[in-house]
Parts: sequence; structure tokens; C-alpha cells
Amino acid sequence: MSGIPHDHYEPKSGIEKWLHSRLPVVGLLYDTLMIPTPKNLNWMWIWGIVLTFCLVLQIITGIILAMHYTPHVDMAFASIEHIMRNVNGGHMMRYVHMNGASLFFVAVYAHIFRGLYYGSYKAPREVTWIIGMLIYLCMMGTAFMGYVLPWGQMSFHGTAVITGLFGAIPGIGEAIQTWLLGASAVGQPALNRFFSLHYLLPFVIAGLVVVHIWAFHSTGNNNPTGVDVRKDSKAVAEKDTLPFWPYFVIKDVFALAVIMLIFWAIVGFMPNYLGHPDNYIEANALVTPAHIVPEWYFLPFYAILRAFTADVWAVQLVSFVTGGIINAKFFGVLAMFGAIAVLALAPWLDTSSVRSGRYRPMFKWWFVLLVIDFFVLMWVGARPAEFPYDWISLIASAYWFAYFLIILPLLGVIEKPEAQPATIEADFDAHYGAKAETPAE
Amino acid sequence: MIKKLAITAVTALGLSTGGVFAAGGEQHIEDFAFSFEGPFGKFDQNQLQRGLQIYTEVCSACHGMQYVYFRNLADEGGLGYSEDQARAYAENFEVWDPELSDGDGDFRTATPADHFPANTAAGAPDLSLMAKARAGFHGPYGLGINQAVRGMGGAEYIASILTGYTGHEKEENNVTFYENTAFPGGWISMAPPLVGEDVEYADGHSNDLHHEAMDVSAFLMWAAEPKMMARQQAGFIGVFSLLILSVLLYLTNKRIWAPIKKRAKSGEA
Repeated sequence: MSGIPHDHYEPKSGIEKWLHSRLPVVGLLYDTLMIPTPKNLNWMWIWGIVLTFCLVLQIITGIILAMHYTPHVDMAFASIEHIMRNVNGGHMMRYVHMNGASLFFVAVYAHIFRGLYYGSYKAPREVTWIIGMLIYLCMMGTAFMGYVLPWGQMSFHGTAVITGLFGAIPGIGEAIQTWLLGASAVGQPALNRFFSLHYLLPFVIAGLVVVHIWAFHSTGNNNPTGVDVRKDSKAVAEKDTLPFWPYFVIKDVFALAVIMLIFWAIVGFMPNYLGHPDNYIEANALVTPAHIVPEWYFLPFYAILRAFTADVWAVQLVSFVTGGIINAKFFGVLAMFGAIAVLALAPWLDTSSVRSGRYRPMFKWWFVLLVIDFFVLMWVGARPAEFPYDWISLIASAYWFAYFLIILPLLGVIEKPEAQPATIEADFDAHYGAKAETPAE
Repeated sequence: MIKKLAITAVTALGLSTGGVFAAGGEQHIEDFAFSFEGPFGKFDQNQLQRGLQIYTEVCSACHGMQYVYFRNLADEGGLGYSEDQARAYAENFEVWDPELSDGDGDFRTATPADHFPANTAAGAPDLSLMAKARAGFHGPYGLGINQAVRGMGGAEYIASILTGYTGHEKEENNVTFYENTAFPGGWISMAPPLVGEDVEYADGHSNDLHHEAMDVSAFLMWAAEPKMMARQQAGFIGVFSLLILSVLLYLTNKRIWAPIKKRAKSGEA
């Protein structure tokens, strides 16, 4: 599968040969597990395994929860309490699923920012990146619809707000919103279809994950130097790489165990910390919560959505030019989806020929600022839309777009990159002290 | 633009003085010391039993608790009643059973399999989940640090409401509101339910307002999270097991990589 030369599976016994000539599934698994992997991968390369684990965890706990859950507006909330109080182990199952979503997003954000720093999105890994973005979109859809199912106050009114975004599309918006909800307002049809899709989408994600892995197994992994693995011969490739099993499986599983330790402590001792108390109140269309706040992992994009209010000159300009078709609300929606779109377009917006941020002296600082910007957006997304938060969110949103649309294209032209190591082997040897000067990690 | 940027920056810094936030509301939540707080916390059986007594004699006049079953009173990690005691408690209640009288329905004495009555007569919210549906602590500035350190504070919120009446009243549209330092906005429509010495505890425990409020709040925390003790135990077992697993995997990883790193150090391929 991989472009890097390596040993392939050889069927030995009769039955192995029999199966291999009919269905080479063992060979496929062997090649996947033994893929040559750059030996200098650092600890930011563990998130893929964590994400795979999260997907499996969410699917298993989700299937069990679905056995006891009732997608009916009059019974959904009570069925969650039934799970929490009467189903054996149900309270743990539900808390794991609930916090599992948060772990999933912690891991995916770490994974995405890893890719952004080390240039994992650059040629020849653009397809891997795009598939990853599709996975991320599906994750957001799944998480959003899952949050509706407990039918609490935040579920209900959050759904109203988010589906209302589609209502902001000029002309056809209302029709789309009605089509999404199956009715003019959030109710039984919406709950039923969200349950159905919440159950479906994880399997779509699983399929995309296979393609994602296939894609980067075809190109080979990126690594902290961004330098390619030498592919001249098997012997040369082996100087730069080690087989995935056991070297990286054990390393990743160790990291996973540590992360699970923290995760389990949160589930055991503070399972509601990341949730919102209002969701323990049954949905009531007549009472709107004082602050409608999405889950933490949506907050950066929620902040961008809210940042562009009618008094921002850019919004007024666009509104004037389009004759009012793009009003402030629709502008916000476009900005929110645009914020994800620019992320997906990173492979074509970044003009630098150097992959890894490690050798890009200017890029480094803009990247650090982007990470800070992301956390600022996350924080400001949960603050009331008033001074000074409106200004902070506007500036932070502007930086998000500036990073992708101005800084990334520009840096490739004006920045003078530092020297990269000749090979992965040289980087690895230097790190473990073959030479006196160890490059900082 | 630059000027506005500067204003934003200065104001953001100024926020740390806390002045801006105090203006938002004078909500005051007292940080009561409950026995169940923190990973090592435990429900105090006697306190939960006293809390049930207050719930039964005071709260249940207006509030319901429909997600809690009478059998739960005998559950482990809770009030610690025997099944007979739970049954005896249930028998104080009459429930409507639609299957009696050939499908016409009739009242019968409650059994442990029935739940506490729902009660919306006075428009009062159900209390089953109240301790999880409110947060006592916030901030600072939406950072969630207080909740991480002190807990969500649902029980503290309830206890603060019960002890937060100032004695002032006002009437708006024929509805009486009572000033309360813990309630958002400062005025609550619930008349002070407890004033101190409202119930007589069998165990002779102090029944002043402070203790009554704490007892019933602890009870409502249990009602909202009856599996808390089991959950914390699962937490300890899981964390301990994962700690051992992590150490073993760390050593395995170190061992596997040792020859590779040694080779790198010596500069050999």
C-alpha cells in the first residue's frame, strides 16, 4: 500500500496460501500494521490512535445507550433519567459517552493543530487533509445532534438557534430550516431524525477514517522535520523508519493510557463539569434560558458567528454592495462556515515550500498566535455579547481569517527558512545525542 | 480602529479588577462544606435521612420529585434504609393506578416500585434534578476555574437560596416576591420555606436554619445523583488500574526503543 519499500506478507502454511489467493485480507492487515513509520515522530503524533479509540468508544457506548433511549418529546428526558438511575451501569455508560464527545474534540483539535504546525496538509497529503476535514465536519454534526437527544433546555433552544442559522440564508432559508426540522419549529420530527442521523453518522465517520488512513499510508506519515523518507531501497528506507508495530503501537497505547487516566478521573469525579446545568431541565419551548451556550468545542466558531454584528463596517459594506441580501445574520453564518473552509483550504493557501514549522522562524510566531487566538475565541464564545467581548471576538475572528488568507500566503514569499536536516535519520540521531548539539524539540 | 483596539485592550485588562462583573448581579452563593464534595467525599447517611424528613414535611407540599423511586431509599450509597423501611415510607402515599377497577383506574397505597409523586399544583419545579440543574459557582470571567476547584455548586445554590432571604417583600401584578441574595435578579416568588426549627429531628441534630438548609440540600444532591458513590468508586478503580497500566506501558515502550536509541547515540545506522 505504501510508497515506502518494505517487507510484505508471505503466506507460509497451506491454509494461509489458500486464503491469501482468494482474499488477501491478512496481507492487508499485515501491511497496514507494519507500515514503515518515520522514527522521529514526537508525542504530537499520538492523537490519531486516541481519535480511533474515541470513535470506537462512542460507538459502543452509544449503541448501548440507544437500547434504553426513547426518541420522543414526552419521553426522551425521562428515558435519560431511566438510564442514569435504573439501567445497570447506565450512569457510567452515559457519562462516558457524554464526556467521550469532549475527549474526541480535544483530540481532534490537537490533531488538527499538529497538522497545521508541521505542515502535514502540504503536498502530497492534501487528500488526507481534506478527508480529515470531512471527518471533522461529520463529528460536529454528530455531536450537535447528539446534544439534542437528552431533550433538555439547552438541547432544545440550542437546536432552535443552530437550525435558525440556515434560516438566515436569503430567500430559501426558511424553507431549508423547515426541511431540516421536518416542521416549522423544533419538535418531534426534529428529535426523531436527529436520533436517526446521530446513529448513522458515526459509521460514515468510520468509513472516512479508513480512507483517511489509506491516504496517508499511500504517501507515508509526515514527521516533525517535514523531510521525506528516503525511498531508494528497503535498506535506505529502514534508516529513516521503523515498523508501526511494535514501536509506535506501544508508544501510542502508552499515551492513550495516560489520557484515559485523566479522562476517567473526570468521568468519575466531575462528570458534569463540561456540561451545562440547564440541560438537566426538561425542554420547554415557553421558557428560554438566559444564555444559550453551545458545548465548549463549538465555541470558537460560535464566537465567529456572533462577532459580525450589524455595526461592523465590513458587514455594512457587504450589505450595501449586495443590496441587503447579505445582512448581518447571514454574514455571520457565512463567516462561521468560512472559518472552517479556510482551514480546509490551508494546503493551497500556504505558499511555503518548507513543510515543518520548526524551520520557519516567522511562521512559528504567527502559529503560536493562532493557537492563542483559538482559545480566546473559545473563551469569548461563552461570554455575553457585550462590550468588551464583542470587540475581542471581532479582533480574534479577524485574526483567524488573516492567518489563513493573508499570513500563510505571504510568509511563503517573505520568510527565509532555516536549514532542514538532510534526512530523518540525521534528525533522530542528533536528538539522541550522536552529535554534541541537540536541536530543541 | 487603533483607538478602539486600545480601548478594548485596556478594558480587558481592567476586567481583572472585578469591578465590571460585580455590577452584573449581587447573587451570593455561600460555599457550604458538604460531606460529599471532592473525590473522597461521602454522603452522610444521617444527613440524607434528615433531608428526606424536611423534604417530606416541608418541600413536598409544593414540589414533586418524580424521577426518584421509593425503592431508591434502600439503595446502597444513599440513605441506608432497609427495604422494610423504604416500604413503610412508601405506604404513606397514595398513587393513581390506571389498571385498577377493570381499567377505570383507582387510588392504591404506594409500594417501593412507585416513584415520589409529581407535584405541579403550585407551579413549583420538580426537585429530582434540581441539584444538577443549577450551578452555584461561575467564573472568574467564564474560565470555569471556580467550578473546577469548588465543584458545580448545585447543592450550595439550593442551601444559599434557603438561607438567603432578607425578609423584604414586594408585590407585582398580584404576585408576591421575596428578596433573596442567592437568586438571580434578587427576587424569588417562593415564600421562605424554612425559618429554622421547622422540623423536629429524631436524632436530636441541630435544627437551626443553617443545618436544615444543608440537610435538605444534601438530600437533593443525592436525589439528583443517587449513583454518586458508585461512580466515585468506579473512578478510583479505573484511575488506579490505568495508572498501573500506564507504568507498565511506559516501561515496555522504553525497553522496545532502547536498542534503537542506543544505536542512534553511537551514530551507527
